[in-house]
Amino acid sequence: MTTISKIRYSRRSLLKAGGAAIAASAFPAPMVWGQESKNITLRQFGTGVSNLNEVATKVKEELGITLEMTALDTDSVTQRAATQPDSFDIADIEYFVAKKVWPSGNLQAMDASKIDNYDKIVGIFRNGKLTPDSTIAQGTAPHTVGFVEGPNATDFVDNESGWMTLIPTIYNADTLGIRPDLIGRPITNWSELLNPEFKGKASILDISSIGIMDMAMVVESMGEMTYGDKGNMTREEIDKTFAIFTEAKKNGQFRAFWKTFDESVNLMASGEVVIQSMWSPAITAVKSRGIPCVYQPLEEGYRSWGGGIGLSNSLSGMELDAAYEYINWYLSGWVGGFLMRQGYYSAVPETSKNFMSENEWGYWFEGKQATDTITSPFGDALAQAGEVRDGGSFTDRMGAVACWNSVMDENQYMVRKWNEFIAA
Amino acid sequence: MTKQLTAWIQAAPMALVLLAFLVAPIIMIVIVSFWGATEYSIYPAFEFDNYEFLFGSPVTYTVFFNTFKYAAITWVLTLAIGFTVAYFLTFEVRSLKWQVALFLLCTIPFWTSNIIRMISWIPFLGRNGLANSTLISWGVIDEPLDWLLFSDFSVILAFVHLYTLFMVVPIFNSMMRIDRSLIEAARDGGASGLQTLRHVIIPLCKPGIMIGTIFVTTLVMGDFITVRFMSGSQRANVGRLISNDISLLQYPSASATAVVLLVTVLIVIGLLLRLVDIRKEL
Repeated sequence: MTTISKIRYSRRSLLKAGGAAIAASAFPAPMVWGQESKNITLRQFGTGVSNLNEVATKVKEELGITLEMTALDTDSVTQRAATQPDSFDIADIEYFVAKKVWPSGNLQAMDASKIDNYDKIVGIFRNGKLTPDSTIAQGTAPHTVGFVEGPNATDFVDNESGWMTLIPTIYNADTLGIRPDLIGRPITNWSELLNPEFKGKASILDISSIGIMDMAMVVESMGEMTYGDKGNMTREEIDKTFAIFTEAKKNGQFRAFWKTFDESVNLMASGEVVIQSMWSPAITAVKSRGIPCVYQPLEEGYRSWGGGIGLSNSLSGMELDAAYEYINWYLSGWVGGFLMRQGYYSAVPETSKNFMSENEWGYWFEGKQATDTITSPFGDALAQAGEVRDGGSFTDRMGAVACWNSVMDENQYMVRKWNEFIAA
Repeated sequence: MTKQLTAWIQAAPMALVLLAFLVAPIIMIVIVSFWGATEYSIYPAFEFDNYEFLFGSPVTYTVFFNTFKYAAITWVLTLAIGFTVAYFLTFEVRSLKWQVALFLLCTIPFWTSNIIRMISWIPFLGRNGLANSTLISWGVIDEPLDWLLFSDFSVILAFVHLYTLFMVVPIFNSMMRIDRSLIEAARDGGASGLQTLRHVIIPLCKPGIMIGTIFVTTLVMGDFITVRFMSGSQRANVGRLISNDISLLQYPSASATAVVLLVTVLIVIGLLLRLVDIRKEL
């Protein structure tokens, strides 16, 4: 997959290299946090969503730490975390990836007492509950793989042990994206993805671990089957899910499958596809081209995902201190505000509030009508005054999560079935 | 120093390079193909699980069939186009200056990356793309043609576009070496144009055709990215099977597939070489 990620990110990496050079020359590191961290370089990798050049620039400016970022696709991220422990200091990975990677021993647990804002981290990442009376969704909920017993423990524990596997950084609730102008009627259920009305105009993502969850949402919504746990299917459930989708594929339901963010944007923007699995920033990207696109809230709820920062096992001494410093800075608000203004959520929303205008906070977090134009951190207008965010407020959206991205016990079996599905 | 020793020393650098960068990696792949894998790691073993699964799965056969299908169709088309282009350059264009100029013209698209050349087909063939909107405005069709993109058609179109030059070059090279007096002799002997083509030109072009064929079949059989992009991930060939396995950390299984693919391709090349002795002909 390296070729693909190279194409996908070449522009960004160019910007990154250029940006870092400019940052280094234009902002000589202020000595706010002391001399020592000034010369430290931390190598971070992750998916494109949070591996942003702006973060590297800002961290250099405020902490003096040089952050070398590498952006990869989801599969490559897992691969790197599992197989090349010496190639990174900080892994920016998803929680379900952690379940897969943690047993390899390439990451070290983090001492929660060193995290300043630990108490303010939203409940989803600590005890699994958004509000005290919310139910925990199916799948690999972040808190189930968020803690281990001690610094060198390999088994996850189900309580706040004080040793965290990942520090949550970014998360969101995903649903289907639609082209309201080409569909022309309300869409309220996941089952619409396989509606013959959209024959040859639907798409699903070709990343097995995430795609299977979208499939499950669809199958359950069609009333074909109720899963015991969508995040941990039995072989029979997997077989039946694929049978339904293979039949749809053979009938020409799908226009294409997509693997990278850009592909999903192009499919939607060009009108090849009118309904598909999509990620929030992809909707934004389509909209910023002046093409109507809605991140459609559906009755069955959302498929959610969360990412966090993990530390390489080989990190120690001054580098380790710098990494903690970086994490504390990450949760202190600026990054949160930067991410939330793109439609993601921050792990510590209340610190992010200080870095957002009242209008932005109202629109993105509280689900209020925008009082003025909402622009992304990159300057694109995303919404006009009077518009409301698709799906509403933080609690409305994150409270309606039906399942989390996950790795199931039958993962290898599922992957083989996925290959069959693609080849069918 | 004996002559033989000198010869060995002269051959050594190349041999070492090939050993380190070609033979050793292949041996490694063969070894790993017998290893086992868990979700996140691979462990040394000597087991046939990977091969067992590979040969036991119906997907493997479909996918190998697809791979051969793409290779065969692409071969026929690139050969037909490549031969025609080479024939035109050699026999229709009279001056050497123009031959060279037109030949260079053929290579111009190759100044950009082949991935870019491939991807540029996508907006062209799309539902609202240039091809469809032109056809609609001409009144040829009423509804956009969906099979233009993300289908076997687009995959093969891209293959032919990408690889025809690999056919043109060796055939052109062979044709340029044909002694013109042979063609005159054929004509004097009363052969028609078609007979000359069949009994003189084609046999003398065989080495070129064979080299082109080897290029095209190995390139198509080893490809994964063209199939992925041009079929919108909806079709699979062996390369995609391997790349899927790699992205899911199933290196041993990917190695096993790679070994089977390598053997298959070698058999194909072996058969081709039996048809024409390239060394002798060159």
